Amino acid sequence: MMRLLWQLFSSFFRVGLFTFGGGFAMLPLIQNEVVDRHHWIEKQDFLDMMIVAQSAPGPIALNSAVFVGYKMARIWGALVALIGIVVPSFTIILMIALVFSDVRHNPVVDSAFKGMRPAVVALIIIPVVDLARKLHWSMSVVIVSVAFAIWKLEWSPIWMIAVAAVAGIAWEDYQARRELKAKNGKK
Amino acid sequence: MIFWQLFVSYLKIGFFGFGGGYAMLSLIQNEVVVQHPWMTNAEFADIVAVSQITPGPIAINSATYVGYTVGAQAGGEWMGVLGAFVATFSVSLPSLTLMLLLTHFFLKLRNNRYVEGLMKGLRPVVIGMIASAALLLISPRGSDPGEQNFIDAWSWVLFSGVFVGSLFKINPILLILLSAVAGFLIYFPW
Repeated sequence: MMRLLWQLFSSFFRVGLFTFGGGFAMLPLIQNEVVDRHHWIEKQDFLDMMIVAQSAPGPIALNSAVFVGYKMARIWGALVALIGIVVPSFTIILMIALVFSDVRHNPVVDSAFKGMRPAVVALIIIPVVDLARKLHWSMSVVIVSVAFAIWKLEWSPIWMIAVAAVAGIAWEDYQARRELKAKNGKK
Repeated sequence: MIFWQLFVSYLKIGFFGFGGGYAMLSLIQNEVVVQHPWMTNAEFADIVAVSQITPGPIAINSATYVGYTVGAQAGGEWMGVLGAFVATFSVSLPSLTLMLLLTHFFLKLRNNRYVEGLMKGLRPVVIGMIASAALLLISPRGSDPGEQNFIDAWSWVLFSGVFVGSLFKINPILLILLSAVAGFLIYFPW
């Protein structure tokens, strides 16, 4: 148990330490830790984790930490994972605030960041391809339309989530009714 | 009481910050610039910049930074550290409590037919959302040069290199570090 808690802490500590930019940029790192490295959750469940993490308020990174921590070791797991992800930013920002914050315009820092930005984009695209392959091919139409609608049409993701949720439940309801009909028909 | 105000403000930011990351920025701005005279708009922009170049979620970074600044203004360095702690703690609190509830019920209900249907509907949408985040990073809505992540051909070289490296299962942390070194070698004004 202690070992699991320690692994949860150190995994999310690494995610917190090496995630720049926040938001979706931390996805590939979390996937690397919890799916590939420790096999805490399946690839399919990783997508479900993201859905739950996005439907709660707060930073997605924190929410994912709580999800994985709770799944593996209940409340203590959630706490330990959360602390793991918060401690690196807290310490680093505190040091920057204490010393001085003008690293932004330091030419070494600035040039390093120019190199990291396209790298982060590439890392975000990998899980898109990875996760899309798990779904029926017809879903790629939905994926492309959603991406385009947010990117170019500036539609709110919240509405698309709501529509997709209703559509998913309605489809399942339709299936359930059809099965029931088929069963009654046999009798 | 300054710490109580920090606590309430960041609790609000944590509670209403749906969508994470950049979606939370306007909430933070509203609390620390508009509602409270804690910093100017320019200082706020600096915090966003610092958050971009330091690891971790932007909400946490800003909480720590604002908490420190506000506390330090009220009474020196140690008050600053306390302020940083209070703000960081309170912005994490809603995540912790609400996510615990959601996760608990999700793990219980996941085999329910309708929950499964709901997830089926949401999966492609969430993948599309990640794709749109990547697209926005490649081509931002604003044309401000400071917002561009792809500045020249080298950007695309690095992008392709990391993409291929990632396909071959090279550790993403290593890939980020390598591109930082590459960025330094390419862009440093030698």
